[in-house]
Amino acid sequence: MLLFWPIVIPLLTAVLTLLAWRSTEMQRGISLMGALALLLAALAIFSQVVETGPVSAQAGGWPAPFGITLVADLLSAIMVLLTAIVAVTVVIFSFSDVTVEEEHFGFHPLTHSLLTGICGAFLTGDIFNMYVWFEVMLIASFGLLVIGGGKTQFDGTVKYVGLNLIATVAFIAGVGLLYGTAGALNMADLHGKLAGRSGEAVVLASAAFLLFAFGSKAALFPVYFWLPASYHTPAFSTSALFSALLTKVGVYAMLRVFTLVYDIDGTVFVPILIVLAVLTMFFGAMGALSQNSLRRVLGYSIIASIGFMVLGLAIGTPLALAGAAFYLFQDVLVKTGLFLGAGVTARLTGSELFARSGGVWRARAGFSILFLIPALSLAGVPPFAGFWAKLLLVQAALDTNAWFLTFAALATGFLLLYAMGRVWAAVFWSAHPGGESAITAPLGATSLLPVAVIAILVTYLGLSAGTFVDLALRVGAELTDPSAYVQTVLGGAP
Amino acid sequence: MNSLILRTASRLLLPLILVLSVFVFWRGHNEPGGGFIGGLLAAIAFALVEKAQGLEAARKALHFRPQSIAAVGLGCTVLGGLWGAFAYGYFLKGVWPLIEKLPDGSKTGLPFGSIMLFDFGVFLVVLGGVCGILFALEDVVANERDDKED
Repeated sequence: MLLFWPIVIPLLTAVLTLLAWRSTEMQRGISLMGALALLLAALAIFSQVVETGPVSAQAGGWPAPFGITLVADLLSAIMVLLTAIVAVTVVIFSFSDVTVEEEHFGFHPLTHSLLTGICGAFLTGDIFNMYVWFEVMLIASFGLLVIGGGKTQFDGTVKYVGLNLIATVAFIAGVGLLYGTAGALNMADLHGKLAGRSGEAVVLASAAFLLFAFGSKAALFPVYFWLPASYHTPAFSTSALFSALLTKVGVYAMLRVFTLVYDIDGTVFVPILIVLAVLTMFFGAMGALSQNSLRRVLGYSIIASIGFMVLGLAIGTPLALAGAAFYLFQDVLVKTGLFLGAGVTARLTGSELFARSGGVWRARAGFSILFLIPALSLAGVPPFAGFWAKLLLVQAALDTNAWFLTFAALATGFLLLYAMGRVWAAVFWSAHPGGESAITAPLGATSLLPVAVIAILVTYLGLSAGTFVDLALRVGAELTDPSAYVQTVLGGAP
Repeated sequence: MNSLILRTASRLLLPLILVLSVFVFWRGHNEPGGGFIGGLLAAIAFALVEKAQGLEAARKALHFRPQSIAAVGLGCTVLGGLWGAFAYGYFLKGVWPLIEKLPDGSKTGLPFGSIMLFDFGVFLVVLGGVCGILFALEDVVANERDDKED
């Protein structure tokens, strides 16, 4: 039952916040309580998985592979835990960020429905069920994008929904092919049934469909354009939630499906993934350099980070997968911190455009440092978490003598450092065009606390990297050899 | 729309369609039907009232806010799942408290239980969701009409 709580808690929270529509105060209280309860459940799952290895639960008591199985291995447990942390910080931040109209139109119920979908996607052990959770996420994120009600919001929403609809259709087509050829949907069961069949045309075709579906969810080259077109339009809390988690669900799905279901080693997918990863890194970093507005730069930086993670998957050694996992974990926190920080600077300076903002360092030095920490982590500066993630990936690339990939990773890191330097120069160092007295907006605890918590976590992740790299290495080992996962799901016979 | 025939008919049809929707919901237990179709039928009943007598009359007939109906329905489905979890330890496991097994293997009693609660939740979610979307659309249309007349 423990595994169902991360799905049940946000769902119940959504119900209660919907019923409490008369009182914004009550909605906020319930929303925060729900996020904290989710955090407790996630911690309980995490501590159990760390102690005993993967755990599974069967919905309705139907044994696998006939029923729907929920599974938490280390990767899932950590992702759910991170989701809960992001949920708490974003809900607190939303108190001073989201407008009353947006709350009235259902910001809190939609946020918790989105969390339901995200947690479901991380925990499910059934590929069709994963499709269902993707749909839940799509509908909830559609709602969250559109509640702002402005013209830019609609514009962003149409682009977002357009590509994501095509992606989900590709997803269901891939799942259909897979079911037709293997007769199974449970991923652990598929692992056994597809063993040794990775060269068959049907299997390859279904894998291609799923690669397209997850690639567009994760904003992989060449289907990333929807992300910078939509992530800068909604409330900052919403874009923080999206950028921290939604693309990561796509990466998680790739890590899961292309290690557990398909054995991509030696197939055409390895070179494809490598090319896509490098191009994603390159175009993401270039996009980040070419934009002149804060959230657009950050949006492109998400794409570059996705490239790093997919690169880890493509290299495919246990060390590379550990690097991809570690990158995934720290990037969730980094992106939350950056987007929430962007919300604060936009409120301080009155604009997201570089030309119309500035002077934050002079006016609010403490907050500037809180923003700097995730920014440096994104750029891969030691001792922050991003440095260790890149180090693992570079190490893995060097081990396989992939000099070009090493170079690509280092060059992208450098470009990202430059992009963050531009942000720092334009928003924090340069003088505000309105003069020194332009920044007067007060900063409440509800906006500073979440940013501070994330900054502390990113620093902690970097300073005690030993512990977390060990965790990531365990994730990498579990992904390369999923026998423990399969055994937990299917019982005795592996 | 202003039609005397439709207005009068809708008064009679509203209870009839609602009874039909409950029947379809009930039948769905073992035969084609169920919460989703039942909920759609019920939503059609209120859509008819809305077309014949106007938005206000439909809101009044529905009595509760559509979003709240959907929320209660969602709550019912979750509770239907949790019931099984607390009774047998499996989320979504069917619980039939009023059914008894006879010694010869057959069953007797009323088929009320967690699965029916779940299905009833679906009924409410569909009813609330469809009515909510319909009323919101109708609101926009009415506003645009007012704008044109101004």
